[in-house]
Amino acid sequence: MFKAARILFGIMVVSFLIAPLLVILPLGFTDSIFLSYPIPGFSWRWFHELFTADAWRRSIINSLIVGSGTTILATVLGTLAALGLRDRLVPFSGFFKTAFLLPMVVPAVVLGVGMQILFVKLGVAYTYPGVIIAHTVLAIPFVVVNVSASLDGIDRRIERAAASLGAPPHVVFQKVTLPLAIPGVLSGAVFAFATSLDEVVLTLFVAGPNQRTLARQMFSTIRENISPAIASAAFLFITGTIILALITVYVRSQTQRSARRPN
Amino acid sequence: MRGGTPLRRHLAAALMLMPLVVFLGLFFVWPIITMLSEAVSDPVVVKTLPATTEAARAWDRQTPGAGALGQALVDDIRATTDDQAMGDVVRRLNSAKSGFRTLMMKTLSAARGSTGPLDLTTVDERWKDNGYWEAIAAAAQSRYTDRNLLAALDYARNPQGSIEALPPAASNNADIFKRTFVISGLVTLMCIALGYPFAMLAASVTGWKRQLLLGAVLLPLWTSLLVRTAAWFILLQDRGMINSTLLGLGIISEPLPLLFNRLGVVIAMTHVLLPFMVLPIFSVLIGIPGNLMPAAQSLGASKLRAFWHVLLPLSLRGVASGALLVFMSAIGYYITPALIGGPRDQMISSIIAFYATGTANWGMAGALGIILLAATLALYAVYHRLTSDRALRV
Repeated sequence: MFKAARILFGIMVVSFLIAPLLVILPLGFTDSIFLSYPIPGFSWRWFHELFTADAWRRSIINSLIVGSGTTILATVLGTLAALGLRDRLVPFSGFFKTAFLLPMVVPAVVLGVGMQILFVKLGVAYTYPGVIIAHTVLAIPFVVVNVSASLDGIDRRIERAAASLGAPPHVVFQKVTLPLAIPGVLSGAVFAFATSLDEVVLTLFVAGPNQRTLARQMFSTIRENISPAIASAAFLFITGTIILALITVYVRSQTQRSARRPN
Repeated sequence: MRGGTPLRRHLAAALMLMPLVVFLGLFFVWPIITMLSEAVSDPVVVKTLPATTEAARAWDRQTPGAGALGQALVDDIRATTDDQAMGDVVRRLNSAKSGFRTLMMKTLSAARGSTGPLDLTTVDERWKDNGYWEAIAAAAQSRYTDRNLLAALDYARNPQGSIEALPPAASNNADIFKRTFVISGLVTLMCIALGYPFAMLAASVTGWKRQLLLGAVLLPLWTSLLVRTAAWFILLQDRGMINSTLLGLGIISEPLPLLFNRLGVVIAMTHVLLPFMVLPIFSVLIGIPGNLMPAAQSLGASKLRAFWHVLLPLSLRGVASGALLVFMSAIGYYITPALIGGPRDQMISSIIAFYATGTANWGMAGALGIILLAATLALYAVYHRLTSDRALRV
């Protein structure tokens, strides 16, 4: 009896968590203009709309531009900082490590209001660089955390071995440390891209009509006139997420294999 | 990393840290400071009407304002070419006392359309009322103001300068804060109610079952927030899956109102935030030695008693950090209430966004933002203390 209740509860929570994601997938392929079941027939019309309708197509391109810019900027800044924090060689390392996580904590609307006022004064509001900068602020914590984790996982003895064999420090860094940290850098980059792709709130505040991203376009479509194009976009997001998640898991397993400390 | 002498390594580390520190200083800290200063700064009258400001500070508030301040105001209007700044002045004064918009428009054209001394009481009778001059004097008092911060808490200064509560009809920020905390509290309770037993279940099984349960938690976590909100929007509609299933089964005869109300917001937010509850509890539970519960039971405690006196106290830390994480995230939520909620379910973030983008009232947006930020940081400080010595963070 108790066991049956446990199983039932488990199934209920798992379906609560997963069902909404599964329900939305087939609706991307409906030929109706309504987002409801049963689906009258299969069609590609909403995917067609996604890639041909001007508003959607431009928003996809904008997301790719902003996402790439954010990924590059956040990965470079975050990786450098994680390297700088590695051996606590800088005073207040602990403080910096905590401070770098704060963009995840501060409510997005609060940051958005501040950014809008400041970016207008600085002249970067309603421009691509402005949006990229805003997204980068949010993406930074993910890069720092991922790169720091992979640096922490490196076995010091490998570096010492290289040094004892006569490699100068910069060679040890280039040939040993960096290759071992690469998986963390890559998963940080994936997180940075995903953060940018999904960002709505800061985009509402700092982007103009010309920088409307896919997430922003989805937000106003749900708000103003919901159409099955939303489900098609969601299909792309979910398949994209699964691919990115698989890459991340693969990269992580590589990190663990290559840098696992011998027992 | 070149060189290898300790000092050079310190320098190299500092150099690598520098770009990010500068970047976040410029684009994370500075925006927040800008928002804070916007909330307390009130420079338009002082900046645009310098002569009036000086006259107002010397004014005794007893003599007719039109005499003492009138000519200074006329001079200031004639000296100003910046129409936008003058517009800001009008807006600022009108928000302090209604009627200023038409009064100032009339005065502007009268002052600009004439030269020499001008008696403002002939332009508009209202200038005889010292209330208008007091409003100007109050605005000219200082470049800084506590007006927005007081208004954010439903207080204001009366003409004598003391603080009083605004009538409930004029301002309902307290209601919105209360609503934000109520919704966040409900979501947190729902997350504990579902998340704690679920984490216990995941910790008690092994192998593929545990992988499945944890995968079910992680997959939504990795999925776009917008997609999850869209999915709930579709599910909760009148013609959505939930209603059509219930209608089909004959349980209800009318579609249940699930969208654009409190229930929908709580369901969708619980879905979004549940992983943040399950993961910290799970990581605490798997750290508890598995033989404690059997030990308690072998000593005669019932299952429930063993849970109450052994497992629950040991796992409370996980519950507390999960609850803090969920509550802290929930009070700043914008997207889910904006899309799933009705007008009566909008939380504080929506009101801030409304002031900022809807009415360009940066001062109020900033003041409400300060309160939200302070609440969030206070909760985060507690969370950080609670988790800093153990790997509980998600």
